[in-house]
Amino acid sequence: MAAVQDGQLNLEVEKDIKTEITNDGSGNINANSSSPGSTSSGGKSKSPAGSGEDQQTLLAVLQFLKRNKLTESVDILRREAGLSADADDSPVSESAGAGSGGVPSVGADGGDANSLLSRVSIATPVAPPATAPPKVVAASGGEDQPDVNVVLSAYSQQGDPVLYPLYYNGLKKFIESVLDCHRAELSQVFYPLFVHMYLELVYNNHENEAKQFFEKFSGDQECYYEEDLRILSSMSKKEHMKGNETMLDFRTSKFVLRISRDSYQLLKRHLQERQNNQIWNIIQEHLYIDIFDGMPRSKSQIDAMSGSLAGEGKRDANKAKVFYGLLKEPEIEVPLDDEDEEAENEEGKPKKKKPKKDSMGSKSKKQDPNAPQQTRIPLPELKDSDKLDKIMNMKEATKKIRLGPDNLPSICFYSFLNAYQGLTAVDFTDDSSLIAGGFADSTVRVWSVTPKKLRRVKSAADLSNIDKESDDVLERIMDEKTASESKILYGHSGPVYGISFSPDRNYLLSSSEDGTVRLWSLQTFTCLVGYKGHNYPVWDTQFSPYGYYFISGGHDRVARLWATDHYQPLRMFAGHLADITCTLFHPNSNYVATGSADRTIRLWDVLTGNCVRILTGHKGPIHSLAFSPNGKFMASGATDGRVLLWDVGHGLMVGELKGHTDTIYALKFSRDGEILASGSMDNTVKLWDTLKAFDDVELDDFTAATGHIHLPENSQELLLGTYMTKSTPVIHLHFTRRNLLLAAGAYNP
Amino acid sequence: MAEERRPKQCTVVLPTESMKAMAESIGVGQLQEESCAALSEEVSYRIKEIAQDALKFMHHGKRCKLTTSDIDYALKLKNVEPLYGFQSQEFIPFRFASGGGRELHFYEEKEVDLSDIINTPLPRVPLDVSLKAHWLSIEGVQPAIPENPPPAPKEQQKTESTEPLKAVKPGQEEEGSTQKGQGATSAEAKGKKDGLMRMKPRSTHELSVEQQLYYKEITEACVGSCEAKRAEALQSIATDPGLYQMLPRFSTFISEGVRVNVVQNNLALLIYLMRMVKALMDNPTLYLEKYLHELIPAVVTCIVSKQLCLRPDVDNHWALRDFAARLMAQSCKTFSTTTNNIQSRITKTFTKSWLDDKTQWTTRYGCIAGLSELGPDVIKTLILPRLTVEGARIKAVSDGPVVSNIDKIGADHVQNLLLKHCASVIAKACPLPDNVEQYRADYGYLGPMLCSHVVKARAQAALQAQQVNRTTLTITQPRPTLTVSQSGIGGSGGSRTPSIIKVPSSLTLMSTRPGTPTQPSPPATKYIVMATSSGSSSTQQVITRTSSSVTSTVASATSTLQPLVKLESGGSRPLQKYIVVSLPSSSSLESKSGVLPPSSSTSPILLEARIKVDCSDSPGASTQSPH
Repeated sequence: MAAVQDGQLNLEVEKDIKTEITNDGSGNINANSSSPGSTSSGGKSKSPAGSGEDQQTLLAVLQFLKRNKLTESVDILRREAGLSADADDSPVSESAGAGSGGVPSVGADGGDANSLLSRVSIATPVAPPATAPPKVVAASGGEDQPDVNVVLSAYSQQGDPVLYPLYYNGLKKFIESVLDCHRAELSQVFYPLFVHMYLELVYNNHENEAKQFFEKFSGDQECYYEEDLRILSSMSKKEHMKGNETMLDFRTSKFVLRISRDSYQLLKRHLQERQNNQIWNIIQEHLYIDIFDGMPRSKSQIDAMSGSLAGEGKRDANKAKVFYGLLKEPEIEVPLDDEDEEAENEEGKPKKKKPKKDSMGSKSKKQDPNAPQQTRIPLPELKDSDKLDKIMNMKEATKKIRLGPDNLPSICFYSFLNAYQGLTAVDFTDDSSLIAGGFADSTVRVWSVTPKKLRRVKSAADLSNIDKESDDVLERIMDEKTASESKILYGHSGPVYGISFSPDRNYLLSSSEDGTVRLWSLQTFTCLVGYKGHNYPVWDTQFSPYGYYFISGGHDRVARLWATDHYQPLRMFAGHLADITCTLFHPNSNYVATGSADRTIRLWDVLTGNCVRILTGHKGPIHSLAFSPNGKFMASGATDGRVLLWDVGHGLMVGELKGHTDTIYALKFSRDGEILASGSMDNTVKLWDTLKAFDDVELDDFTAATGHIHLPENSQELLLGTYMTKSTPVIHLHFTRRNLLLAAGAYNP
Repeated sequence: MAEERRPKQCTVVLPTESMKAMAESIGVGQLQEESCAALSEEVSYRIKEIAQDALKFMHHGKRCKLTTSDIDYALKLKNVEPLYGFQSQEFIPFRFASGGGRELHFYEEKEVDLSDIINTPLPRVPLDVSLKAHWLSIEGVQPAIPENPPPAPKEQQKTESTEPLKAVKPGQEEEGSTQKGQGATSAEAKGKKDGLMRMKPRSTHELSVEQQLYYKEITEACVGSCEAKRAEALQSIATDPGLYQMLPRFSTFISEGVRVNVVQNNLALLIYLMRMVKALMDNPTLYLEKYLHELIPAVVTCIVSKQLCLRPDVDNHWALRDFAARLMAQSCKTFSTTTNNIQSRITKTFTKSWLDDKTQWTTRYGCIAGLSELGPDVIKTLILPRLTVEGARIKAVSDGPVVSNIDKIGADHVQNLLLKHCASVIAKACPLPDNVEQYRADYGYLGPMLCSHVVKARAQAALQAQQVNRTTLTITQPRPTLTVSQSGIGGSGGSRTPSIIKVPSSLTLMSTRPGTPTQPSPPATKYIVMATSSGSSSTQQVITRTSSSVTSTVASATSTLQPLVKLESGGSRPLQKYIVVSLPSSSSLESKSGVLPPSSSTSPILLEARIKVDCSDSPGASTQSPH
């Protein structure tokens, strides 16, 4: 498996035609254009081989300094960079040397090299006037936005804009003529090529050519790229490229394609024969081709996995081991103290009076081989109240209804009335006693859905009068006068987009447009902490199933892991190429999953901060995630109306549930994992048979290794029920401990 | 690749004229065409960029509608100051103006007189957010309660009635696999399970025990003596979505009831039955066409029957005839098609009996009322030509020798009816001036009176024309009569107690038990719309307009909880009044108790239903267990 990652890096590995083409091109260009040998032309003509890129940047800086008469700085820079005063030509000669070094190795292709040379020399007369301005911009604008310009400068190499459609068409014809088995794979190249060719045209100020190019070929692209194409189409000037996020995404990340070796060879041979170095350059610079040995994939296989902003995840990215198993009680030897830990998912302990019904996972008492070590990440110690809660939980769990295709859950729907389209987030506590809503008017409201009213703790003065030794001290500290059915929490200064109860029901987290995450006490109903770290809207936040930790993610594309007692994040998970739209903790708290507007899901290791899974396949921003209770599977829902099922351990897509017609905002597995409920903007709740979905997938070693899975088309068989609400989008779902499904949404008359 | 060609990506840019206009607005006079073009391109790009960001906020706000605040946040994201002052809930009313060869879209900012603002009563405080629970599904079956969408949409009922063999058994849709967008595909998918049964022609006439109870309660309330209960029942018929299975029963009930009560001359019951018909027709989820063969004869009977009451000289059976005539007109409008020809058949029936000399005055009145409700065209073609003949007949009764008192009253009513309906039509059709002699020549005995009515009608039309610019529906005296009868809920931090109910509470299955999700919802308030007798000159057109607006008011009343509101159409002189009355909220439970009386654990079925619910854990119950 060889990866065509970068021209220079892989010179040794891929020492064949590729290097020849590039170096031929560069050598020729330099031979033609650098003959004047002046500093300015040396700066203007950029070597596509990229070997002199750093050098060139330096040169550009030097030029800039010179122009501004900063001679001392020039000297210093020269000294530090180790450039001689007349070293301006040196990169040229170097790369020319490399080029000439490459030429002999062409051997049989010598004739082609000549024809290539003639073609390039045709192209070059057009090039210099066009390339000159970008260089100047890059140099002068360098101070403000160095990143952007470094990124953009890669586009300054170019050919004749008129030839772009020809190149593209040539490739299109070729791909259409290859054998069927390769066609689907090679077609993947179209989209990134199209994007980069278009951007190159735009960057080099060929506005009209770019528009024509776009009009001619945008229709050929897969429909799931429509959103990006719309953004691209509006970008018709070079000035637009600065500061455009989408644009930066395309540039900073390499578009990842998975292509079988055979198909890749075919493509390479074609490009070599046609001397299509323009396309080849793009493929080398902007694409990452993940080559695998074996059968080429089919169209449906490719379609299932593609769609994200930066192509598929590299296979290497999903190789890391994920401990998806659940944690056990920390010390089995210590009998009473920890017996309730993980009660819900454990077999009954000897001390328990009634043996529990075994849940889907049906854990043995031995350590789950897939589970992380108990102390892999430090977890908060259990308090007495937590233990009580665990016992409660267990009791409830024994009354749990076994769900299945023949035994569907009842759904209780909580409608928010008079929300005036302002309801933005909902959460239930695990024991379903409280419900919280985040609203566009910056408020957070908490309701009690049991007869138990919400009460505040008494003021400090009153508290001091209480007899602390009394048995009902917990009762006494509450202020009866404040009892009410709902409480409003004021503090945010923007819509509240994410909301999450702590597992012990003492805290509530909310994340807002104002860039903060707030921690509220549900004892005093006041704000305890405002976590500032995100500068942009925070789209989602989520407590760890063990409390203490929480994750937040937002527009700044970085997910942050916090602990409630630290005002700074413990981990920052960077890697997404667009907004992080939803966050979720793995049931064992060792991993977090984030869904993003770049249409990928990433799984991060809390301990190391590494990204351990990149899951691609959605065709729209992901808005909901759910882990199965056993931690083995994950479900995700996106604006494309599809639910995808993932095997976390293997990093594979194992199912696709079609049926919704609008964004899926809510997903939840039943307590035993047999049923997945999904709620959507299309005003429906759907129930899916996940047991069957996971059973239907045959995972042999090959598919597990290559990730080429055939998804069964069985959405309709898996669909157990559709329940339409009355113009009420479903934005949250929750299974009670007895497997009653609660749904929530705002009534939009 | 490229399955289908997508619509061309938008490369729309703002017109350069806009740039010029904007430049002028900030004092830049002469802007070069080139700079305009450059500017417009740049501006268009930035606008698109902002729109894309704003969409992000819309998605995260879980809405389908982009609001102005979304755009504000998107601007904030770009470090641009948001636009202050655009706070529009619905749409931004851009106005269009052209002149001087330029076209402009602008946002109208009216000058507001401060004293106006100070003097106008404060608007009602918007209702607070509240939470309400209902069962979306009980063990996989969606209950037919008002909170849930109707189990069978009207279109489906229609297809069922037209293509009975393709119909689906109602019980199966309730499992939820059918709804509009997705019906066909999922039906096919589900076909494996129930495909065999689907091919059988359905039998809709099985009612569950609850439905039977409901039917019994409703029908009893409708013809019973308690007016409040009746209003409640009619409201239920007019709004509840799950009634279509009971429709055949209702229609039989009505037709049989009319048959019996006409013979017995029981005017009150006939009125009640007609109100039931009205309620059925008002229900947006019912498709009545299949039952017209029973309903129309009943209605027509109430229009033209010789005798509807025991004492025709005293009782106001004329109102019933008017009401039924209006119902008839409404059903003609709704259901008349080229295949069933309801309107022409009805017209023929009316005309035939009217033309008969032996017809009694009561029937005559009914025929004329029925015809004139059908609209001005019908009046013009069928009634106006016969005015002379009819006038002579009336004259014969009033001037002639003493006949029975009943005849005299009848003739009198017919005369008034004719004057009322014809005057407005003539006022519209005939040119000025109104010459008494001319009228006498044209219409005989009725001519002079007609003339004066026409003059009055014209005056009124002129009056209305003045007010035509004003909104047709003025909501006067919005009295907030929101009776918060919620007990035991202390004010939450001084804010208003959440007390909002749009749809009648129907969690009756659960509501009797403590700790169920009904708990945060206060008792329901109900509204009925009663049409009082129409004014002097209501043409068909007016009626339809007002009635349609009233239905919309009802909808909004149920959804946004309008308090006691009086609606008046027209200006100073109301043509037809609709009064929305809010009922005591306590009674809503009672109406529902028709289905399941809260106190009754007597019915074994009921008990069973409860037990069933008990098994399926309720959210409240789950939290109750910590003892």
